[in-house]
Amino acid sequence: MRKKLNGRQIAEYGLLIALALVLSYVEFLIPFSVAVPGVKLGLANIVVLFALYRLGALQAIIISILRVLLMTFMFGNAFALMYSLSGAVLSLCVMFLMFKIKKFSSIGIGVGGGVAHNIGQIICAILLLETKRLVYYLPVLLVSGTIAGAAIGFIGGILIKRLDNKRP
Amino acid sequence: MLKKMKYDIILFTSILLVAALLSVYLYLNRSEGVICRVTLNGELYSEYPLNTDIQVVIGDGDYYNILVISNGKAYVIEASCPDKLCVKQGKIHYDGQSIICLPNKMIAEIIGGQTEFDAVVK
Repeated sequence: MRKKLNGRQIAEYGLLIALALVLSYVEFLIPFSVAVPGVKLGLANIVVLFALYRLGALQAIIISILRVLLMTFMFGNAFALMYSLSGAVLSLCVMFLMFKIKKFSSIGIGVGGGVAHNIGQIICAILLLETKRLVYYLPVLLVSGTIAGAAIGFIGGILIKRLDNKRP
Repeated sequence: MLKKMKYDIILFTSILLVAALLSVYLYLNRSEGVICRVTLNGELYSEYPLNTDIQVVIGDGDYYNILVISNGKAYVIEASCPDKLCVKQGKIHYDGQSIICLPNKMIAEIIGGQTEFDAVVK
């Protein structure tokens, strides 16, 4: 019942995952720190958003999870894995729900994804480091997540519209 | 186009509103700290009163942070982590403030108030 992946699809997913990885790494290079851990642009979410609209929810989930796993194997440790994964998972859930409700544009979903990502990471950090005081970072992260998420959603929206579906 | 984005705008403003309210609440409830508690890898490492002047190396070898307490404020002046966010976080002294070094899993948090001690001698 499930269609086998054909060569083109494999290449397509590989391309998107690679793109998400590169965006994550580029983000890491940009010194975007406002002295609060977790302030990131979330560029890789552009790819996840694109996959959500164009390929489907399951594909977006796979691409996102694989991106986190590969990123950790290449650059991080187990701690970074949990931290990143919790952000990605919450972000995916929120984006998926918002997508299904169909009341939000790509900008809104980008905002939801960005904010959820930050909140997921904060919750993970609070649990791992066993302190509730990290909640003091929430206001800053909410704002930065919203602004970054809006930009991500906007760019993603343009890509989704412009990169057409026609296959050669 | 603005009408199509109605729910987006609602989402946007409500998040910002929550952030603003949360900041106000946290700001109004801040109090001066009394001690600085350092945890490493989730375990208590040490506690230092804020009214002393000290410089401590936390951790060792490839994973260290240098904590300074002076003038009632605590801050990290040097660290082994790649991003040095802990150094950039500046000086803290209010109850609830913290400096976190994620790569080194170090947290320096300010604890204040009477719940910790029976009496505090100033």
